[in-house]
Amino acid sequence: MKLLAYFRSVAAKFFRPSEIEGDMEEELRSHIQHRADDLERSGLDRAEAERRARIEFGGHARFKEESREALGGNFIETLSQDVRLAVRMLRKSPSFTVAAVLTLALAIGANAVVFGVLNGLILRPLNVPQPESLWGIERGSGKAVNQSYPDYLDLRDRNRSFDGLAAYNVTSVGLDTGNNPSGSWILETTGNYFDVLRIQPYLGRFFHASDEHGPNSAPYIVLTYAYWQAHFQDDRGVVGRVVRLNKHPFTILGVAPPEFRGSLLFAVPDFWVPIVNQEQVEGSYVLNARGNRGILMVLGHLKAGVTPAQAISDLNSIGAYLERNYPKDDGQMTFSLARPGLSGDWLGAPIRAFLTGLMLLAGLILVAACANLGSLFAARAADRSREVALRLALGSGRVRILRGLFSEAVLISLAGGAAGLWGSVALLHGLSVWRPLPTAPLNVAVNPDAKVYGVALLLSLASGFLFGAVPVRQVLHTDPYEIVKSGSRTTGGRRITARDLLLVVQIAICAVLVTSSMVAVRGLARSLDSKFGFEPRNATLVETALNMAGYSGDSVPAMQKRMIEALGKIPGVKSVGSVDRPPLYYGANGSNVFTDNTADLRPSNAAAEAMTYNISPEYLEAAGTALLAGRAFTWHDDKNAPRVAVINQEFARKIFGSATNAVGKYYKMPDGTRIQVVGIAEDGKYEHLAEDPEPAMFLPIQQSPSTQTVLVLRSEGDPERLTAAIHRTMRDLDAGLPFDIRTWSQELDSALLGPRMATISLGVLGAMGAMLSITGIFGMAAYSVSKRLKELGIRMALGAQRKEVLQAALGRALKLLAFGSAAGLILGILASRVLAFIVYQATPRDPLVLTGVVLAMACFGLLATWIPAQRALSLEPSTLLREE
Amino acid sequence: MSGQAQLLPGTLDLLILKAVSLGPLHGYGILLRIGQISEQALLIEQGALYPALFRLVRQGLLKASWGTSENNRRAKFYELTSLGRKRLREETDGWNRLATAIASALAAQPEEI
Repeated sequence: MKLLAYFRSVAAKFFRPSEIEGDMEEELRSHIQHRADDLERSGLDRAEAERRARIEFGGHARFKEESREALGGNFIETLSQDVRLAVRMLRKSPSFTVAAVLTLALAIGANAVVFGVLNGLILRPLNVPQPESLWGIERGSGKAVNQSYPDYLDLRDRNRSFDGLAAYNVTSVGLDTGNNPSGSWILETTGNYFDVLRIQPYLGRFFHASDEHGPNSAPYIVLTYAYWQAHFQDDRGVVGRVVRLNKHPFTILGVAPPEFRGSLLFAVPDFWVPIVNQEQVEGSYVLNARGNRGILMVLGHLKAGVTPAQAISDLNSIGAYLERNYPKDDGQMTFSLARPGLSGDWLGAPIRAFLTGLMLLAGLILVAACANLGSLFAARAADRSREVALRLALGSGRVRILRGLFSEAVLISLAGGAAGLWGSVALLHGLSVWRPLPTAPLNVAVNPDAKVYGVALLLSLASGFLFGAVPVRQVLHTDPYEIVKSGSRTTGGRRITARDLLLVVQIAICAVLVTSSMVAVRGLARSLDSKFGFEPRNATLVETALNMAGYSGDSVPAMQKRMIEALGKIPGVKSVGSVDRPPLYYGANGSNVFTDNTADLRPSNAAAEAMTYNISPEYLEAAGTALLAGRAFTWHDDKNAPRVAVINQEFARKIFGSATNAVGKYYKMPDGTRIQVVGIAEDGKYEHLAEDPEPAMFLPIQQSPSTQTVLVLRSEGDPERLTAAIHRTMRDLDAGLPFDIRTWSQELDSALLGPRMATISLGVLGAMGAMLSITGIFGMAAYSVSKRLKELGIRMALGAQRKEVLQAALGRALKLLAFGSAAGLILGILASRVLAFIVYQATPRDPLVLTGVVLAMACFGLLATWIPAQRALSLEPSTLLREE
Repeated sequence: MSGQAQLLPGTLDLLILKAVSLGPLHGYGILLRIGQISEQALLIEQGALYPALFRLVRQGLLKASWGTSENNRRAKFYELTSLGRKRLREETDGWNRLATAIASALAAQPEEI
C-alpha cells in the first residue's frame, strides 16, 4: 500500500515534473498570502505585510528543495536540474569547455581505436561456432605452425583428442571466369575444412573429405561472400558454373556465409580450393614429402571434455611415434596448442604484446588527460570559492554543490567521449576496409562492436568522476564565513598541493609517451638505414606466375632464360637476374644443412637451417648483393655440372667456422647431396628487419629449379620509366603469362609494415602526449600568473628585475616540469623494452633519443609558459594596484 | 519568547496529524491550529511545515486537495486518511505513555527509592 503510493508519486514526478513543481510553488505562495492577510489585518499595509510574510517564511529555496526530497522520486528531477545548472556554468566559460571536451575526445578516441584493434585481433576469436574449443597445433620449441602433409595425416588419424583436424595453406592463383584472368589469394584446404570448423554454406554446398580421391580429384571452388558479391554480383546462378583456375576447369560449389572470412584474422582469401589439387593450383605436388612442411597450419576443435593439456600429451605421443619412424624427416616433434586466428604464437605473441603495450600507453594518455582536467577543475573550483561560499552561506548543502561539480565533469567527459567515439568509429571503419599492401590479402576486420561502445562509455564516466573528484576536498573544506569576509582564499602556503602533484604525474606520463615515440621513430630510421644485403633503389621486380600459364618441367628454366635475356635488352637496364622469392618477401624458404662429415642426416643433427634462394647467374649483380670472395654462378652450373652454392658470411661462420676460407669446401643437404661452396656473399635481412644475422645459401636455378620466378631488373635512374617497355617485352614473350611489376622499394613496404604501423601509432600517441603536456603546463603557468598578479605588481613596483619577476611567476611551473620530465624519462626507458619486439634495435639508451626527449620537453615548457610569461612581464604595477 | 518550547524531533508529524484530525486545513491553517491548541506554546518555523506535510502525504497518512480558503484564496487542504487516523491513535498512545513515564520519573522523591 505504502509502496504503491510511493511508486505512484515517483511515477507522477517522473512523468509530470513541471506540474508538481508548479503545484508546490502555488501552495507556498498561498501560504505567504494567507500570512500577509493576517499581518494586514493587524495594521500593516499590503506591501509591507507581504515582505514580512516572506521573511518569516524563511529560506524559500531550501524548503522547496527539502519538500521536493520529501515528495520522493526526485532523482530524475534533481539530475535534470544538476545537468541544466552544469550546462549553464559550462556555457559561461566556452573556451574552457571546448578545450576540456577536445582533450577528452582525443584521449578517449585514442583508447577506443586501440581497444577496437585489440578487440578485433585479440579479444574476438575466429568467427566460427564454439571458438573456445578451436586450437591450432604448434610444433617444437620454435612454435612453428607449419607442418608437412603426411605428418598432418598422422596427427589427424592417430589423435584421440580432436573432433577432427583440418589443414590449410595460403597461396595465389590465376582465375579466369571468361573475361580477363586475374590473380586471386586463396586458401588451399583439406576436404574436411568446413566440417571441422562447423561452417554451413550460404549458398550451394561445400566440399567434404569424401570428395578427395587423390591428386587433382576435387576441382572445386567455394567462394567467400565478399568475393561473390564483388566479382559475381550476387548471382545465385553461380553455383555449378565452371571457371578456369590456372587454365584448369574448376566447378564453383557454393558461397560461404558473410561472417566467415577464413581461418586467419588478418587475411581475406577470395575462395577456397581442396589441397589435393595442389599440382593444378601451385604447379607442383609436394603433399607426399614428409620433409616438406608447406602446410601453413593444422587446426581443429577439441572433443568435449578434453583439456588442452590432455590433447598436448596425446599429440606428443604421436610426435614420438613420428620421430621413431621417420628419423630422416621428423625431428623434435613436440607439440603445443595456440589460438589459430593470428597464426599461432609465432605472430600472435608479438602482436599481442605490442597491442597490450599500446593499450597501456593509450590508458596513460587518458590518465594524463584526467590529471590535466583535474587540475583545471581544481583551479576553477578555487576561483569559484566565493560562489561556493555564498551558496553554502545561503543554505545550500555541500553534497548539492559537489553534485553540481560532478555534473559538470561528467557532462564534459560524456561530450568528449561521444566526440572521441565518433572519430574512432570512423577511423575503425576506415581501417576495416584498408588493405595496407597491394600485393597481399592483408586486412583486419576491426569494425567497432558493442564492446567498443561500452568501453568508451565506461572510460568517459570513469574519467569524469576521476577528474571531477579532484576539487572535492577543496569544497568540503570551504569555510563560507572566512571566504566571504576576506574576499579571497587564504591558502597561500608553499606546500605541495594536489594540483602540483597532478601536474608532475601528467608531465611524467607525457614524457613516457614522447620517449617511446622517439625510440620508435629512431628504430625505424635505423632499420631503413640498416644493410638489407641487397640494394632496393633502382631495382624493379617482375613477379611472374609460370604455373598459372601452364609451364612445367623443362619448359620452366627455358622460359626463365628467355625472359632474362629479353628483359636485359631493354635500354637502360643494366642487369637482370631471377630468384624464386626475393628476401624480405612473405615467408622464406629454409632448409636444414649439415657439415660434410655428418653421416646421419636426421634433423636433430643439422648444423643450421639456412634460407634458400634459387637464383640465376646474374641475380647477385642485379640485386646488388656484394660477392665478397670466390665467384658467382654461370649458365654452365647446370644439371650436368657438380652442385655448387654461394653462401653468406653467417653461413660460413656457422658451418665452416670462419668466412675467409670457406670457398671450395663442401656441405650436405638433407637428401645427402654434397654441395661445394664457390662464393661468399654479404649478410642481409631475409625474413624481417629486426632479425639477427641468419645463414643463407644461393643455389643455381638449373640445379634446383623452381616455377616461382621473380625477375630483378637493375636500371640506371628511375625504374618507373621502364614499366611500359617491360610490359611490351613480356607480352611479346607470352601473352598468356600473368605478371606483376613493382619497384623493389614498393615491395619492401610489406617488410616495413610492422615497424611503420608501430611508429605511426606511437608517433600519434607521442604527439598527443606532447600536446597534453603543453596544455597542462600552460594551464598551470597561466593560472599561477593570474592568481599572483597583485603580488607581481607589488614586486615590480618595488623595483624587481624582469628575471626576478619571471622567477616568481613561473619558477614553480618550470621546476615541476623538470621533475616530471625526469621521472617520465626514466619510466620511458623502462617501458621501451616492450618495443624491442617490433622496432629494430629499440633502445632508449641512445644519446640521440635522450637529448631529443630532454630538448622536446624543454621546448614544450618554453612554448607553454611563453604567453603567461609575456603577461607577467607586461604588467603595469600602477594600474594593477589601483584596481583592488 | 520564554513561554515557548522547542519542538522535540519527530513531534511535528504528530502535531500536524492532530491538527488535521479536527477538520481539513490548509498549510497556514495548520500552523494557526497548532498555535491555538498548544496555546501558542509551540513554535514552528513556517517553511519547515511543508517538507513534513509532503512526507506525510507520501506516506499515505494525509491526502490533499485544492479548495478555497476562508480568505477566499485558492489553497491546498489536507485531511487524514484512515491510515493517518490509525497512526495518530498509535502515536498519541505512545506519546502519552512516554510523557507519563517521564513525568513520574521526574516527580520521584528521595524517600520513594
